Amino acid sequence: MYLELRNVDKAFGDFQAVSDVSLAVREGELVALLGPSGSGKTTLLRIIAGLERPDRGQVLIGGTDVAGIGVQYRQIGFVFQHYALFRHMTVAQNVGFGLRVRKPRPSAAAIAAKVHELLHLVQMEGMEHRYPTQLSGGQRQRVALARALAIEPRVLLLDEPFGALDAQVRKELRRWLRRLHDETGITGVFVTHDQEEALEVADRVVVMNTGRIEQVGTPEEIYDEPATPFVYQFLGNVNRLPCRIDRGQATLAGLTLPVPEFSGLSDAPGIAFVRPHDLDLAVGDGDGIPVTVRHVVLMGPSVRIETVDAAGQTLEVEMSRAHWNALALGPGTRARATPRQMRVFPGEA
Amino acid sequence: MRRAVVAPTTEPALVQWGLTLAALGFVGIFLVLPLGTVFAEALAHGPAAYLRAVSDPDALAAMRLTLITAAIAVPLNLVFGVAASWAIAKFDFRGKSVLISLIDLPFSVSPVVSGLIFVLLFGLQGWFGPWLAAHDIKLIFAVPGIVLATVFVTFPFVARELIPLMQEQGSEEEEAALVLGASGRQIFLLVTLPNIRWGLLYGVLLCNARAMGEFGAVSVVSGHIRGLTNTMPLQVEILYNEYQFVAAFAVASLLAGLALVTLAAKTLLEHRFAATRAAAGKD
Ligand SMILES: Nc1ncnc2c1ncn2[C@@H]1O[C@H](COP(=O)(O)OP(=O)(O)OP(=O)(O)O)[C@@H](O)[C@H]1O
Ligand SMILES: [Mg+2]
Repeated sequence: MYLELRNVDKAFGDFQAVSDVSLAVREGELVALLGPSGSGKTTLLRIIAGLERPDRGQVLIGGTDVAGIGVQYRQIGFVFQHYALFRHMTVAQNVGFGLRVRKPRPSAAAIAAKVHELLHLVQMEGMEHRYPTQLSGGQRQRVALARALAIEPRVLLLDEPFGALDAQVRKELRRWLRRLHDETGITGVFVTHDQEEALEVADRVVVMNTGRIEQVGTPEEIYDEPATPFVYQFLGNVNRLPCRIDRGQATLAGLTLPVPEFSGLSDAPGIAFVRPHDLDLAVGDGDGIPVTVRHVVLMGPSVRIETVDAAGQTLEVEMSRAHWNALALGPGTRARATPRQMRVFPGEA
Repeated sequence: MRRAVVAPTTEPALVQWGLTLAALGFVGIFLVLPLGTVFAEALAHGPAAYLRAVSDPDALAAMRLTLITAAIAVPLNLVFGVAASWAIAKFDFRGKSVLISLIDLPFSVSPVVSGLIFVLLFGLQGWFGPWLAAHDIKLIFAVPGIVLATVFVTFPFVARELIPLMQEQGSEEEEAALVLGASGRQIFLLVTLPNIRWGLLYGVLLCNARAMGEFGAVSVVSGHIRGLTNTMPLQVEILYNEYQFVAAFAVASLLAGLALVTLAAKTLLEHRFAATRAAAGKD
């Protein structure tokens, strides 16, 4: 494991910002820290960089505990949430800063060559002499990245690298970051609260909530097999249906399904999670949750159908347009909602 | 840009003119007239008398003392101001709010009281008086006392200017420099100092103007020994009390000239400062 966190805790006063976080990142891997605002993502990055000291636990880089190594000797590339470019320096001076302060200091020609190479990499040639204020958000972002790469970091940390950018630029830079990562093969951790971004760019995703890790896995694992209710709700649309769990059986209105993993529970409350595209509609008698169609939205080739069950709870269903047309349903008609895939967790709704 | 947004006023012309005249009249009576008087009185008996007055040995001694005092007080408060605002803006520590209030103390205490504090501490009858006398160290009614009082009175200028500026800038750039491998000294010289240079210069200017013009505190600790412990403001007072008006106003005109230069420099700096601040934007 190239970068490793072991049981890291961090509190600010009596507020626990990070609790018992353990994480291992392989060399050359790009990992996303995904979580809502305030879940401790930035704090975790700052702990890795050494800008924050953990109350407990260890940080290892390349197998060595870095507790005794000062921030400036850790050789970590950090791209800050708001870039933190040096406002009185030009683009070239910003990018060359890490080399300029190095001891022994490389020659001016060597620095210039490296700066040129990096600006080429981030597609910012010709802007060497501009100041940060004369750049767009996306350009600042790329300068910040070039500046971090200049010191040939052992680990690259990016804090919401695309947070302040509009959707279009975001999408472009996202692909570009992935490509850059594939070319340089650097070990990286980036923070985001955009699930689409995490799923698209990262090799593995770490979902965080209130300072804890909820789940670690590949984008597919995270999306298809959420380990906790939180992950279910945080990633993508999901319907939450209250149910009862009794000796290995979960009962919903009009539906029972086996939950052998909870065979120890008897008549306990639970919540069933089902994604809109895992729900189907059928007419006539049979299993399924009785619902009434409320509202239909056409979204290109697919259809989103809003339905309500007997308890007044809204259920969203998503299906192809052809399938919807074949059903011959419309607002006000009754149907059965049948889940293809569903996951039950114990707990109150 | 602002001109395009703000609608032209719709007040009657009389009100506009009235207000403008009132403002100009006020400035004229309370600022321009006294300043003009200083120069007029100084030159009342011609340039020769003026030159004689400003080259009088006592006047020269006063100028030298004022320059020495400023030359010691300003650098001291520059170093202190930068250190204090750095600590206050970039770190969290116990007693931070106490430190901020203490920095303001010299502003809230009357300068005469400040002077008296030093007499009380270091005067012959003061707390440390006997000890100082025993070791043959003279602070009060001597140059060191004047410097001490001036340092105290001009203490807040640099820090007051820098604290809000540094707080606004935050410490992200310093952190970025640290991660990139810069040492503490490199961070200060390459990142912090360039970011605060205009504010710093501005604070130093104000500090210097006050250091040279301070009267109250210095008057209490000086003892008014002619040619020895008189600064320029004290010299002006003595000459005036002795009805040597030309001489008094001549020395005063030098102080006034200094004030004008400071004002011009300040205005210039404010322009630069505002420009760089605007350029730095929200980043
Ligand atoms: N220096 C600090 N002092 C006190 N509390 C802090 C400090 N830094 C962070 N916190 C708190 O720790 C929690 C986690 O903060 P953190 O910045 O790590 O969140 P985040 O996941 O990065 O959120 P965001 O997505 O909004 O950036 C927050 O509740 C925050 O208020
Ligand atoms: Mg954050």
